[in-house]
Amino acid sequence: MAVHVEIPSQLRPLAGGQARVTLEARTVASLIEALEASHPGLKERLLEPSGELRRFVRLFVNEEDIRFLQGRETPLAPGDTVAIVPAIAGG
Amino acid sequence: MASFKELIRQVKAQIREVPVAEAQAALARDAAILDVREADEWAQGHVPGALFVPRGFLEQRVEEKLPDKSRELLVYCAGGTRSAFAARTLLDLGYTNVASVAGGIGKWKEAGLPLVVPRTLSAEQTQRYSRHLLVPEIGEAGQAKLLQSKVLLIGAGGLGSPAGLYLAAAGVGTIGLVDSDVVDVSNLQRQVMHTNASVGKPKTTSGAATLRALNPDVTVVEHALRLEAGNVLDVIAPYDVIVDGCDNFATKYLVNDAAVLTGKTVVYGSIFRFEGQASVFAPGAGPCYRCLFPEPTPSELAPSCDEAGVLGVLPGSIGLIQATEALKLLLGRGRTLVGRLLTYDALETSFREFRVRRDPGCAVCGDRPTIRELSDLEWSCHFEPRPVGA
Repeated sequence: MAVHVEIPSQLRPLAGGQARVTLEARTVASLIEALEASHPGLKERLLEPSGELRRFVRLFVNEEDIRFLQGRETPLAPGDTVAIVPAIAGG
Repeated sequence: MASFKELIRQVKAQIREVPVAEAQAALARDAAILDVREADEWAQGHVPGALFVPRGFLEQRVEEKLPDKSRELLVYCAGGTRSAFAARTLLDLGYTNVASVAGGIGKWKEAGLPLVVPRTLSAEQTQRYSRHLLVPEIGEAGQAKLLQSKVLLIGAGGLGSPAGLYLAAAGVGTIGLVDSDVVDVSNLQRQVMHTNASVGKPKTTSGAATLRALNPDVTVVEHALRLEAGNVLDVIAPYDVIVDGCDNFATKYLVNDAAVLTGKTVVYGSIFRFEGQASVFAPGAGPCYRCLFPEPTPSELAPSCDEAGVLGVLPGSIGLIQATEALKLLLGRGRTLVGRLLTYDALETSFREFRVRRDPGCAVCGDRPTIRELSDLEWSCHFEPRPVGA
């Protein structure tokens, strides 16, 4: 399933400078693996060593926070957009 | 022979009059009450809950204000004469349950019953805010609300500057500025509340001068301090809404926790390089900041604007969105960003909106909160990058 991923500016250097990538993945978990395969270093910015989602990064499938869906097992449909939104505090 | 005396006698014979005591009882029964005096009389005091249509506009305006013609309706004026004529007209318009209050406001006051004196605008204010007065969602009542409101700006820098300027322009009556910093020339690329002449001055002093010059109606309170667990509750206490324009996680979590513990709404904003975020955290109505981000980004991954750089116009956009949300909260109008996270990419000119929910497991606003008092965040969580491929 072709799914779009929106990469926040802090992580774009790890994604070849891209703001948006398109990948094949059926779940959020497999999406993160696919991201890591093509852009090494991204996974550890999203997941703790234990595999849990980092608490300063939010992942949304379309408009919904995956914590209120099925977490990393949230299924993805073709055309879905997964947004990575890290905590920022500039002012 | 035709005369005023004859006319009023005839009219009073055709309508129902009630004494003030019965009027008061009718109000307790949820009757509608209509004041038909002139605007200057209304401004000096009216019956609480009354609707206002001057007698000269009665036929044209009353049906829009009182569409239910069978609802119990009382009409009053200063002494009971104009209201008698108004009651006659209302009967002609098809209202079936109308009574005029005998003796009007005069008798109401004599009986010691309460009056409401509306906050009215001066001639200068009517001019200054005329463009607000013309907007139906604001009007004189809304502008009066703004003039009575108090907004606290945490940070008088990138986000605080546009927010402060526009909230002052809008006539928010009291604006508090919290900042412990001093104006530096490098701030002037984006912190538009400050000027060349204020370099070296405390940001609160500089900002206050700018806001007072823009709008003398505004009382600016300068809080030249760094917020900590020991002072934050006292600082935020008098304010209706908090605008979070601070520039570090420690203050964000401190303000969030203080706001949740005291039930105050925070308009959240943050920026990084060319991206911004905004939301509204209203205790009881939606999530708090900790629901969204239970932990801060480690310092190495979250450089400040001074370290990472920032597109100067970016805080202008986000700060304005925050000011807009603050005004909507104060006016009680529109749909706010409660439960919604707005993200903005200035390079793409794209806005995204995400649904954010209260987390039942949230440490401060969840079902079993573990944070019940304030503490200063010791921000020492450290990010250890693993070697690629490990």
